[in-house]
Amino acid sequence: MNQLRGKAWKFGDDIDTDAIIPARYLNTSDPRELAAHCMEDADPSFAGRVQPGDIIVAGKNFGCGSSREHAPIAIKAAGVSCVIAASFARIFYRNAFNIGLPIFESPEAAARIQEGDEVAVDVESGTITNLTRNEQYRATPVPPFMQEIIAAGGLINYVARRLKG
Amino acid sequence: MPMTITEKILAAHAGLDRVEPGQLINVRVDLVLGNDITAPVAIKEFRRIGVEKVFDRERVVLVPDHFVPNKDIKSAEQAKILRDFARQQQLTHYFEVGRMGIEHCLLPEQGLVGPGDVVIGADSHTCTYGALGAFATGVGSTDLAAAMALGEIWLKVPESIKFVYYGELQPWVGGKDLILYTIGQIGVDGALYQAMEFTGPAVETLSMDGRLTMANMAVEAGAKNGIVPPDEITLDYVKGRARRPYRVYHSDPGARYARVYEFDVSKLEPQVAFPHLPSNVRPVSQAGYVEIQQVVIGSCTNGRLEDLRLAARVLQGKKVHPGVRLIVIPGTQEVYRTALKEGLMEIFIDAGAAVSTPTCGPCLGGHMGILAAGERCLATTNRNFVGRMGHPESEVYLSNPAVAAASAILGRIAAPQEVL
Repeated sequence: MNQLRGKAWKFGDDIDTDAIIPARYLNTSDPRELAAHCMEDADPSFAGRVQPGDIIVAGKNFGCGSSREHAPIAIKAAGVSCVIAASFARIFYRNAFNIGLPIFESPEAAARIQEGDEVAVDVESGTITNLTRNEQYRATPVPPFMQEIIAAGGLINYVARRLKG
Repeated sequence: MPMTITEKILAAHAGLDRVEPGQLINVRVDLVLGNDITAPVAIKEFRRIGVEKVFDRERVVLVPDHFVPNKDIKSAEQAKILRDFARQQQLTHYFEVGRMGIEHCLLPEQGLVGPGDVVIGADSHTCTYGALGAFATGVGSTDLAAAMALGEIWLKVPESIKFVYYGELQPWVGGKDLILYTIGQIGVDGALYQAMEFTGPAVETLSMDGRLTMANMAVEAGAKNGIVPPDEITLDYVKGRARRPYRVYHSDPGARYARVYEFDVSKLEPQVAFPHLPSNVRPVSQAGYVEIQQVVIGSCTNGRLEDLRLAARVLQGKKVHPGVRLIVIPGTQEVYRTALKEGLMEIFIDAGAAVSTPTCGPCLGGHMGILAAGERCLATTNRNFVGRMGHPESEVYLSNPAVAAASAILGRIAAPQEVL
């Protein structure tokens, strides 16, 4: 179950949270409604064509801009299994971990993977396999503390457990 | 071991003698903040934690400011979630329409944040409070939920970048121009995960309003926080406002910085950020002929009294260009009232401007000034991403309030000197 697999959707550098989920849709926090507009201002056809398991692959500074957690929520609810980017903006990075959207930082993968490539990711080791090109890339290791959050099933479960303990 | 101001504040709130960049720490928070976009999600997550009460009802601040006065039924439902939660939790600092302001204008003005504080807010521009010598950073809704329950948050101690600004600023050049110039130099991820420490003689001459503008846009360079060392100007501002004790920290001589930038800003012109990134900056004299259909003066970046005064100085006795809608949005009720007393509102209305109650509204394409396809707006706001103020085929340019006012008069991007 720790293997994610899907088709790559390529995006450029500095994909901001307004592109991921425009503020005109922020009068709701319903994941399904948000998913229907996911990536709309970067690629209006994305939400209609993305398949469960597909992977977003982007350049540097993915998720810059607003703190809206609606951005990773929209991506997750659209069925995207993970995001691979050369780098992530910091609030998006935290938000993704907190809500349980797997993300992987790998400049090499971001550069090499092309639109439509079939990609598999081993979550625990951070090994990214490009099945189309028969290549492998390494993701930056996740700090142990953040792995604990993931293992707990997100920040809320982690906090709830801590308060009980 | 010498530390930066950011490291000192974080160490003090983690109960440690010292911290180092990269270290993961649990930090006590002095204040947490949410708004009508982020708090509904946070409140839902808070309930999942299984605690009855927030950690301290005087330290959880809720400000409905983005889509209020409610722009539609869904927004009304979201604002109501905040109102109900504030009532149920008996929060001291819930700010209702008519008694509110744009959160990052309101909190410093009301003395809710002070030097040495750690503040986290579910809004990326929470970094604004660094202008007071506080550590303040934006987080998402789930982090807010956890902090509402625990009164603390885990953070990675950021490396610091020191910016030193030398020289006397030219007329019509202020905090907005310094920060736009800086983002233009280092890029929208130039300070990713790092602290931006703003120092030097040019920053020392800035008023608090100017410093709040600078720190506000630190996130536009990817920074975790922006911070200005507190001085007499800071303490004058805080005196008589602060509702809690505060503590002044300064970076030690010999503190370690990832990088140091020194900028001579004595010849700096007003800056304009072109679509579609805040780093796409040019001096106003090199803007070329850019016709505009809308101008917005306001937001958490430039909705303070000094901003409105600057705009009014340019607009006094002038008329807004027939092809332009000028929208002026005071940052808080207090700014609104003072601007009225000073006659600024009369200047705006005589010029042909629409004046709104405080709201984030158009800045994020919410309401109160949405753009149609092909339209261009010059705004004193902080972001000019694709579709930020409306249609994905519209364009947003960013500037200071004086340039915005001059451009409203001429119907194209213009320097204040062109109309005076």
